[in-house]
Amino acid sequence: MLEQYGYVGILLIVAILFTVTIPLLPILLKAIGLIPQKKNPTKSSQYECGMQTIGKTWVQYNFRYYFLAVLFVLLDMLTIFLYPWAVNIKELGVGGLAAVGIFLIILTVGYVYAWRKGALEWK
Amino acid sequence: MTLLEQFQLLLKNANWPDWAVYLTPAIAGILLILVFVLTIIIVFIWWERRLLGRFQLRTGPNRCGPEGIFQPIATAIKILLKEDIVPDKADKLLHFVAPIIVFVPILMLFAVIPVGEGAILVDLNIGIIYIIAISSISVIGIFMASWASNNKYSLIAGMRAIAQMVSYELPVVLSIVGVALVAGSFSMLKIVEAQGIPYILQQPLGFIIFFLGALAEMNRSPFDLLEADSEIVAGYHIEYSGMKFAMFYLGEYGIVLAYAGIMATLFLGGWQGPLLPPIVWFLIKVVIIFSFIIWMRATLPRLRVDQLMSFAWKFLLPMAVINLVIIAVEVLVLPLSMQWLIIILNFGFAAALILLWSKLFTLGGGRVEV
Repeated sequence: MLEQYGYVGILLIVAILFTVTIPLLPILLKAIGLIPQKKNPTKSSQYECGMQTIGKTWVQYNFRYYFLAVLFVLLDMLTIFLYPWAVNIKELGVGGLAAVGIFLIILTVGYVYAWRKGALEWK
Repeated sequence: MTLLEQFQLLLKNANWPDWAVYLTPAIAGILLILVFVLTIIIVFIWWERRLLGRFQLRTGPNRCGPEGIFQPIATAIKILLKEDIVPDKADKLLHFVAPIIVFVPILMLFAVIPVGEGAILVDLNIGIIYIIAISSISVIGIFMASWASNNKYSLIAGMRAIAQMVSYELPVVLSIVGVALVAGSFSMLKIVEAQGIPYILQQPLGFIIFFLGALAEMNRSPFDLLEADSEIVAGYHIEYSGMKFAMFYLGEYGIVLAYAGIMATLFLGGWQGPLLPPIVWFLIKVVIIFSFIIWMRATLPRLRVDQLMSFAWKFLLPMAVINLVIIAVEVLVLPLSMQWLIIILNFGFAAALILLWSKLFTLGGGRVEV
């Protein structure tokens, strides 16, 4: 069993080596002189062909999906509980379905409440 | 028994040392995966540009090689020789690391996608959960890219990327549960073997939800809000050039290939099919899905942000839960021999639910500040 995850690990190592090599290629070619390198303050400014940005970019940012993120965490829990039930549905039978049904009803009440309160709106 | 394990057995019988028995098949398999993925990506790039050209009544690239098949290679050489520009105010380290973090998980996904009978790197017994876990890492790389670029447009794109990922993760995950319910396993090989009739017939609603959710997760049109050229220019990769940009570009097609493979495996019967060899069937299914995605890109306009979010939360999520309950009841109540009844029932349910739900609410109108 664990041997299989060893393969995943090897794949991870190879993938990282492969992907690190690609952005390093230009640096190598630059040393040979194949790639042009002409520094210019305008060229290396932000959004070169457009207007100068007003103010700083790295500021506190009002992201509009705070409630959605909270809801996501809650509902992701739902899926974690559903997965073990899904593979064993035949053994758990009607009892298991009823348990999951009650679980879903509780979550649905919360979901409807959130919808009514307007937490699902992008405002 | 997968091909990899057979290879291992062969080496063991030839009295190779233990570490070589373990490593050689792995390296061979991984190299095969890399070659496979890169080749298909190159073909996909050509296919998309060509097909998009036909959709717009022009020929598309047709100069390099027969039918322009070498155009992506020419593009790659051009991109390789571009100057590598990093903005002065950018976070240099994150700017370098971001494309790597985007691309590595995409390659990792191919470990559990079976391309033929037993042709899989590792047949994990939690294959689906592995896919869900790994596929959501890419968005961190996208956000890193957008933050490190120190550009307001790209920051907006990064915020949108996370909002999109957070919203569409749930329907995707829930629609896969439906597949696991019927197949009774998370292992990708077992799911393919369990499909006498492809699950797209058995669970049409699940397939539609998964398709739309996956479309949003791989940021394709009409959900490509984070690179919306008309408003935020190019989104998260606006400050990237040269090979680093190429990584994002490759990654975009890589994730489409991965998701098309996952869709083919979960819903279309994977490598199963009559007459032709398994790998050909797999490729046919993947190309059909990819062509369908291009078709949607050529046809549909881009959604607005608030429409995008409410589509996920108010339409796909309840649908996914209802779909799950229907399938669970059917698995418990109806015996397996009544497949055709299940198929007819589910098509009826899908049509009725989609019609009812689209009457029930609208995606909002008027102006919304983003």
